[in-house]
Amino acid sequence: MGSWIHLVFWLLFAAGLWAARGRTVFWPLLALGLLLLFNELFTPGFFALEVRGGHLYGTRIDILNEGAKIMLLGLGLTLVIATGGVDLSVGATMAIAGAVAAQALVAAHLSPGLAILAALVAAALAGAWNGLLVAVLRIPPIVATLILMVAGRGIAQLITGGQIITFADPVLGYLGNGWFLGLPFTLTVVLLAFGLTALLTRRTALGLFIEAIGESETASRYTGLPARTVKFFVYVFSGVCAGVAGLIAAGNIHSADANHAGLYLELDAIIAAVVGGTSLAGGRFYLAGALVGALLMQTLTTTLYALNVSADVATVPKALVILAACLLQSPQFRARLTRRKSPGAA
Amino acid sequence: MKARLPQQQIPVAASLAVLLLLYGGGCALFPHFGSLRVLINLFGDNAFLGIAAVGTTFVILSGGIDLSVGSVVAFTGILVARLVAQGVAPPAALAIALLLGALFGGLMGLLIQAFDLPPFLVTLGGMFLARGLGFMVHAESIAITHPFYDGFIAQTLAIRVSSRLSIPFTAVCLVAVVAGATALARWTPFGRNVYALGSNEASARLMGLPVARTKVGVYALAGFLSALGGCVATFYMQSGNPASFVGLELDAIAAAVIGGTILRGGVGFIPGTLVGVLILGLIQTLITFQGDLNTWWTRIIIGALLFLFILLQEMISRFARRS
Repeated sequence: MGSWIHLVFWLLFAAGLWAARGRTVFWPLLALGLLLLFNELFTPGFFALEVRGGHLYGTRIDILNEGAKIMLLGLGLTLVIATGGVDLSVGATMAIAGAVAAQALVAAHLSPGLAILAALVAAALAGAWNGLLVAVLRIPPIVATLILMVAGRGIAQLITGGQIITFADPVLGYLGNGWFLGLPFTLTVVLLAFGLTALLTRRTALGLFIEAIGESETASRYTGLPARTVKFFVYVFSGVCAGVAGLIAAGNIHSADANHAGLYLELDAIIAAVVGGTSLAGGRFYLAGALVGALLMQTLTTTLYALNVSADVATVPKALVILAACLLQSPQFRARLTRRKSPGAA
Repeated sequence: MKARLPQQQIPVAASLAVLLLLYGGGCALFPHFGSLRVLINLFGDNAFLGIAAVGTTFVILSGGIDLSVGSVVAFTGILVARLVAQGVAPPAALAIALLLGALFGGLMGLLIQAFDLPPFLVTLGGMFLARGLGFMVHAESIAITHPFYDGFIAQTLAIRVSSRLSIPFTAVCLVAVVAGATALARWTPFGRNVYALGSNEASARLMGLPVARTKVGVYALAGFLSALGGCVATFYMQSGNPASFVGLELDAIAAAVIGGTILRGGVGFIPGTLVGVLILGLIQTLITFQGDLNTWWTRIIIGALLFLFILLQEMISRFARRS
């Protein structure tokens, strides 16, 4: 039965590509397809899929599950980048959210619902801090969010007392490891977050506001947009997304590890957003592109592990992806490419 | 022009005041804090950070940012350690590492300049690349045991103060680099071009300054200084480790900012960075002396200081614009 599942998968993928033709999301989707095709041909066992106890198991499912954190961070970062900013602190915010949730459960004996709420409030506060620095004090975003990136892990360690706090709560555990409709529950979380974000930004004028502010903050203020308020809440949103990702990370291992939760994930998420077509200069964003970009990054990581490349050396190909994505976005590079293809056109 | 003077000098004065306050506080609280040994160690232990931070200062002055510092320092360390372990003479190994550092930085600068890419993304790529390359050189820590290190660097080049106290060569390197960099920034065309580029790239280009060459040069210089910091770190640690110095770039940026360099570029003072490095070092020393406080307080305090100084800069530049 293996082969027809493959056939259905690739037919679906091809249909997705066809549907995405002419859109920005086409290119990252094509890159993802090529990477998956490489795995189909060269990585044994990559496409194995089995049903155990009503759940689907396989490398593809692992990618979806592991990629959930990057996808969530990517959603938040996409909106931040669209306003012309960047948020480097999302990894540290994940650590803070995990630490707050664990301490709320273990030290304060709160119910899991309250613990999750506390963690999300803490993450929103972290985002609000960034928003305050960027929107109100007008500090350059890289620098403003750098402060929390430096101090955030310290704060998380302060909350956990430098220990790894373990908990046995089933609700948080379900968030990280649960299954829903045969698929990892994290996927449901991502789809919910994506649906809500898309609804908020594309069915209302909010998305247009965000893009206008990214294009020119001064001009959008003159047209009467509440530029500062929108900027502030974009950072709060990024913080909350990071909070959810932090809860998933903590739930996954039933503990809060202030040192390692979300370490370097901010980088994966920034790349995911950029690969997805969101311009680093601000002014346009693609939420679906960020999800595909996140899956591309996670597939790359998983592929490298499958090829026995150590996690430490895996940073080299990731660096090349960053540079490639940068170059493809650069107008100068595009001009050079097209000039070579069609001499005389310029 | 009138507002220019205080704008440049208030942050440096403020950081000097913080430095003296921390030092005085330490001396008042702990009996041996004021000893010469603590002071010498402050320079020696933070030399690699200081040298790397000088490179970061140049990049920020030019209006850019370099996130690859920590990875390049670690890469240099493991490269030198591996080369020495395989029988290459240490001076040759150090020279190779310095050359590679300058080349690496120059390449990043070339990408930034030629394709107008955002510096933070390119150097982020550089950070990943150098980190991975370090692990490809050798995946684990290598100790350096060579007469050049144990004898020449650690003994011959150290300046003896008394029978039990000597100034390590690393501290000498730090002071020499800061002095050299200050001269480079103040009295050479390159230095003036860096300031002009950071103040306003468009007008620098219109004035006919060599913008492209300066930009690539700044990143090459930063790469070179990161590699030099890595070399000095091997003198200090007597080993190389590909997993070390994660996040050093943040300390370097913090040192530059606390030392009065404005993150938008164009305004800053190289010796201020030394003050910034010493402040970071003093915080570490104070926490070590205190004993009860955990090391994560270091990160929080550095973050808080960074915030305060950025706030100070914003207030000053707003005040200057108004008057």
